Amino acid sequence: MIDSSLDNFNTEPMEKPASPARQTWKMFSSNQSAVAGLILLAIVLIFSLVGPLVYQVAPTEMVWMPLTPPLESEYLLGTDYLGRDILAGLINGGRITIAIGASAALLTIVIGVTIGALAGYYGGWVDNLLMRVTEFFQVLPNLLLAMVVVMLFSATLTNIAIAIGIVSWTSTARLTRAEFLRLRSMDYVRAERSIGAKNRRIIWAVILPNAAPPLIVSAALSIGTAILFEAGLAFLGLSDPNNMSWGRMIGDNRPYILDSWWGVTFPGIAIFLTVLAISLVGDGLNDALNPKLRKR
Amino acid sequence: MVKSLSKRIGNAVILLLAVLVLNFTLIHIAPGDPVEVLAGEMGGATPELLAELRADFGLDQPFHVQLFTYLGNVLQGNLGYSFYYDKPVTELIFDRIGATLLLVITALLFALFVGTALGIASAQKRNSLLSNVVTLLSLAGFSAPVFWIGIMLILLLSVALPIFPIAGMATADEPEGNFAYILDVVWHLVLPALTLASIYLAFYSRLSRASMLEVLESDYIRTARAKGLSRFLVVYKHALRNAVLPVVTFAGLQFAQVISGAVLVETVFAWPGLGTLAFESILRRDSPTLLGILFFSAVLVLVVNIVVDIAYRIIDPRISAK
Repeated sequence: MIDSSLDNFNTEPMEKPASPARQTWKMFSSNQSAVAGLILLAIVLIFSLVGPLVYQVAPTEMVWMPLTPPLESEYLLGTDYLGRDILAGLINGGRITIAIGASAALLTIVIGVTIGALAGYYGGWVDNLLMRVTEFFQVLPNLLLAMVVVMLFSATLTNIAIAIGIVSWTSTARLTRAEFLRLRSMDYVRAERSIGAKNRRIIWAVILPNAAPPLIVSAALSIGTAILFEAGLAFLGLSDPNNMSWGRMIGDNRPYILDSWWGVTFPGIAIFLTVLAISLVGDGLNDALNPKLRKR
Repeated sequence: MVKSLSKRIGNAVILLLAVLVLNFTLIHIAPGDPVEVLAGEMGGATPELLAELRADFGLDQPFHVQLFTYLGNVLQGNLGYSFYYDKPVTELIFDRIGATLLLVITALLFALFVGTALGIASAQKRNSLLSNVVTLLSLAGFSAPVFWIGIMLILLLSVALPIFPIAGMATADEPEGNFAYILDVVWHLVLPALTLASIYLAFYSRLSRASMLEVLESDYIRTARAKGLSRFLVVYKHALRNAVLPVVTFAGLQFAQVISGAVLVETVFAWPGLGTLAFESILRRDSPTLLGILFFSAVLVLVVNIVVDIAYRIIDPRISAK
């Protein structure tokens, strides 16, 4: 009896557990809306990164009669009030919009994570001081502050990205701080400290990787926020005069909405789809990286 | 209560001073010499005249002296002078603030009430049609630029179907009588307020839905149900107060962002508030006005935060008990 039960016992080595990245991907790819977002995002990226190579019409030049409606000329989406091709604007504007969005988001994350990490790790007066600074930036309407900065320092692509970055880091800082407060007294952090690790190492090499999941989600979402922000600034006339962007197209064409609905509608749809795709991917990442927090 | 309130006010004053220092520093380090701009407008000037102008405006003084002069001026209610409008900035702001407050408060109240109602209704039944619609709408509200939503509403409800006026706050030839005037303003207010509310509507419905779902699972709700109280009474009398707390907190925290949204929405609808003033001052490169608006919105945000703090204590007495 005993022997036979032992015979039945499976002595094959257990299957190796999937790596965390694999598990995350498995979770992510089983989430329909996240995958839809990823596909949409890929389409947007191909459209605006490869598009200019395929469709070579200058977005800032007059190519046809002004205010031609869509489908009535070789310029499929019509032309704006200066006779500029809307499709060319969308393709070339996308590159600028995405570039500004991504670099502003990068700056947001760098500032936010640094301030949040230092405040959460050191606590005490450092925390107090840094949280006051954060509070200060939360009290100022961020769009107005960015408007002031861009207007005073002229609207170049770099200045716009910097302005967006320095006004939008507060929520990332708070999130990072909360994570560091939670993690700093964990046993593995104490162990690291007991063997004499320097603060710098504990912050960046020990705690930060463990705080990464929510920060990755926040980084993804902040690209979407930065794109909306850039669009807002451009709509108000604060865009680089040498470059087309989706927000600038809406701003440029707004006075002519009675004559052309297409000039404002298409760039808006482009922004909407891009930010939607980023939000879907961000939400999917959130569920995949943090299964416990899954929405009910 | 009084103690914590005075602490908050003290905190607010420090933050406002910091805003002023930031304002001044930004102007100071920004490229471009105001005296040379002025000389350019006068049609050129000799170096001696430039130096004289600089001394007149106190621009030859060291940074900290200029800063203290500026702070002193602000304390006396002088936020600078707009050369474009030929008016003091404070006067410009007070002319426009009413319109902005009307728009912002209407939009916020609308978003709060409708958003909370939608959120609570959709929390009653998970995966119902309403719940899915709310999720979908909130996703859309997050992803579309608010000014674009405004333009689309104009195209739909003012151009294609001419129901609402395209822009402005009142018809040019004012209708007779107070009541007709109020009606006219309300009519103009609908689309801008709806546009501004759209972002927060989505947000509040999502927030109140999550918070309601959480509260409905707590023990005191089960006790109330076990006592035999109706579901309606439990949801609206017992759960609502607790479920609405995070919404109120966020409404206060987000007020600065609501003002940012108002800048865009006012510009779309030519609503004559601080937002269009900010937009115009960009076109005219009128930095004193823009900086004045920035300072004034910070004042507004701090006042609202203190008010929300008080409201919070009324809704949740546990806070003041601590």
